[in-house]
Amino acid sequence: MRIELEINGDTRSADDVWEGESLLFVLRERLGFPGSKNACEQGECGSCSIYLDGNLVCACLVLAGQAQGARVTTVEGLAEDLDLHPVQEAYLKAGAVQCGFCTPGLIMATHELLERKAQPSDAEIREALAGNLCRCTGYEKILDAVRLAAKARA
Amino acid sequence: MRAPTIQKRTEQRGGVGESVQRPDGVPKTKGEFAYSSDLWAENMLWGATTRSPHPRARIVSIDTREALATPRVRTVLTHEDVPGRKSYGMEVPDQPVLAWDDVRYQGEAVALVAADHPEAARRAAGRVKIEYEVLEPLVDPETALADGAPALHPSGNVIRHIRIRHGDQEASAEVVVKGDYQVGMQDQAFLGPESGLAIPDGEGGIDLYVSTQWLHIDLDQLAASLDLPPSKVRITLAGVGGAFGAREDLSIQIHCCLLALETGRPVKMMYGREESFFGHVHRHPARLHYEHGAMRDGRLVYVKARIVLDGGAYASSSTAVCANAACFSCGPYNVPNATIDAYAVYTDNPPCGAMRGFGAVQTCFAYESQMDRLAKALDIDPVELRRLNAMDTGATMITGQEVEGPAPVAELLKRVRNAPLPPDGDAMDIRTLPGGVSNTTHGEGVKRGVGYALGFKNIGYSEGFDDFSTARVRLSVVAGEPQVEVHSAASEVGQGVVTVQMQIARTELGVQQVVVLPADTSIGSSGSSSASRQTWMTGGAVKNACEAVRARLLQRAAQRLGKRHGKLTLDGANIVSAGSGSVASISDIVGDDPIEETKEYHHRKTFPLDPRTGQGNAHVAFAFAAHRAVVDVDLDLGLVRVVEMATAQDVGKALNPQAVEGQIEGGIAQGLGLALMEEIQISQGRILNPSFTDYLIPTILDMPPVRADVLELGDPHAPYGLKGVGEPPTISSTPAIVAALRDATGRPLTRVPVRPDDIVGLDGQSG
Repeated sequence: MRIELEINGDTRSADDVWEGESLLFVLRERLGFPGSKNACEQGECGSCSIYLDGNLVCACLVLAGQAQGARVTTVEGLAEDLDLHPVQEAYLKAGAVQCGFCTPGLIMATHELLERKAQPSDAEIREALAGNLCRCTGYEKILDAVRLAAKARA
Repeated sequence: MRAPTIQKRTEQRGGVGESVQRPDGVPKTKGEFAYSSDLWAENMLWGATTRSPHPRARIVSIDTREALATPRVRTVLTHEDVPGRKSYGMEVPDQPVLAWDDVRYQGEAVALVAADHPEAARRAAGRVKIEYEVLEPLVDPETALADGAPALHPSGNVIRHIRIRHGDQEASAEVVVKGDYQVGMQDQAFLGPESGLAIPDGEGGIDLYVSTQWLHIDLDQLAASLDLPPSKVRITLAGVGGAFGAREDLSIQIHCCLLALETGRPVKMMYGREESFFGHVHRHPARLHYEHGAMRDGRLVYVKARIVLDGGAYASSSTAVCANAACFSCGPYNVPNATIDAYAVYTDNPPCGAMRGFGAVQTCFAYESQMDRLAKALDIDPVELRRLNAMDTGATMITGQEVEGPAPVAELLKRVRNAPLPPDGDAMDIRTLPGGVSNTTHGEGVKRGVGYALGFKNIGYSEGFDDFSTARVRLSVVAGEPQVEVHSAASEVGQGVVTVQMQIARTELGVQQVVVLPADTSIGSSGSSSASRQTWMTGGAVKNACEAVRARLLQRAAQRLGKRHGKLTLDGANIVSAGSGSVASISDIVGDDPIEETKEYHHRKTFPLDPRTGQGNAHVAFAFAAHRAVVDVDLDLGLVRVVEMATAQDVGKALNPQAVEGQIEGGIAQGLGLALMEEIQISQGRILNPSFTDYLIPTILDMPPVRADVLELGDPHAPYGLKGVGEPPTISSTPAIVAALRDATGRPLTRVPVRPDDIVGLDGQSG
């Protein structure tokens, strides 16, 4: 089947998509957006988090066909031109990036949290990011990054 | 006589000792960093693997016809298509590339498929018809050890037995405590699945882009099984999504290359999460029987231990894991007499090998549990008992080796003991209580506990292995500015070795602009990113190469400038003399004639363990850490919230303090996982929970704040005095948490991970 959708502001299409393909697969393998990661592909790790029509979702749990005509924002769409988005900047500064495989998903989840709640408490940060697994950092520096990003908005 | 002139060094930004941001950080935050699963090539095929559903069976026949007839499938391969060595392995090549007669664990690879869509490949893999004669799996390591057990390999079932006989074997003690302990099978659970892309070069050779911990050991095994000279196999490190030991053994490497060479097309392989659980080795489950003897004043007299590590179906790194388990079996304590037998055993369980802590984790849980048991028997404070027996510089290990360099065990313990305790939980905010927003308690039935543990392990490779790394450093002038290019084969797995190489080059050559080239096999080996060794070893190689470049630079400067300036040194990017100050810049001297040097770094020689007594100077250095855990436990439901982890660790020298903290915090999270939730559950050789739904790793809700106290005591034998950092945080964090749980519950808790059932007393053990 053919799929057409808006990704990071541009209209994109893919042909010959098999009906069983996830939105994550189409983004990564057909449309050249590998930023959303494939750590579990069963909705447990959050590393493929994207915005689908404004909602934060795991792209691995969305069939590509369901995204027909949708508006998608991926991690590749956060930064403007050469500058990093302040959330990306905060992750980098706080040392919250090690292997980095969880980073795109966590950055999307942090972005969503701060849009919703500009100055979250630590407990609120933990609650909001509980769906994103990280195996390297022990999360301490991820908390630092979210606090730093929130501070930058204040 | 003239007073020596003290040169004030120009401030160098981004050098050793600073929290320098990682150069791959920007692409990683933007989603532009190319991990091994992100690779793509024109005309690429997808590979898939047919795996055995049985833990133990004989293969009667393999029929690939139906798989081959599946639309979009290009090839199906079996063991007959492996041109070279049919088996592989890091220490013992006992694992079939593709099984031919026996399968020895559930998930063993039997056939391969390449197709032009991953789903087509997966479906065809399911259509390879394999007739098995199913056999009863041998899943109990004690049974496998027993006389008369069927031999799972021609060499028998014992992969290795380490026997340590130290001191007086008849020594008697006034107080004796015994205990039996178990450690479950932990998974490394890196987030980036096994994956890679193999591209045939059209001339019989192959390029492989893959995530791995050690490029050159992959190269050796690939060349042997592909029957190609090593020069025809080129491996480049693709982006690695974590490792933790699970990428030491091969996964897709040979398979992907076989498919690519057969089809003449690029082939990508990528495991899903479920396949990943079958696609790499795990931490050895262990059963440990311990007996500690002490005098009434608390001084240890002897330790006796029998340690059985379940190596699973293939050897992997079991021999080295077994040695570590034995060597570090008594903890960082003065133990004058020891009788230790450690076994690594073949079974039909999933193969086990390297994971962060590497044998030292399993024994640390047992010996620290014993120290608490002994403290109770002696009615001595557990911290005081540890202090009384703590090792220091000059101590003798149970292997007879003298501990050289800083061994600040008592100091580390004191620091965690003296760290302020966290405030009580807030009963008004259920998020701070065990169970959290599950709303299982409002504080009733919740009890706090505090526990301590000490741990240690070796840094680098042991037992006489010639452990080395190679680095090439090139100093040139680009657009009028000096630039340094660093090349090594060190695997950046997330730990930050690329950053460290940059920092060292800046410090040694005073040049701001440093580029670290991709790691590949066009240079000599850097060894593995494991054993907490890579900063030391590759850092040492980069430092050596920089020093050689600097010597040539100064030599060239002296030739150009004549002898009038006397001795020249490098200060920042300037060449200076004691008399004249700055006499030239690096750019002046280098011009368009770059200076390049390739150097190796070898650590000090180590020696084998005596096979009868286990005595010998087997290790190059040791790293120590102390942990204190504070937990809140819901005594009714067995739910746990770890409130805080405090740690003190001697890192020798923090080359990148922020990265050191990251290692400590991340290592503790994996120790917490082993203490409370992480276990691959096996029944009759079958994995019951191969998913992140059922294999739980700590989330941000599970992980408490970490209070880290980093000591930099400097190892005299290491570059900059640094010690490895990565593993100690994982070793003693687990027993500290369990000690805190015992403190709160009074229960023995002899098995990790601790389950809610154990906490509420459904495990059948008396409190």
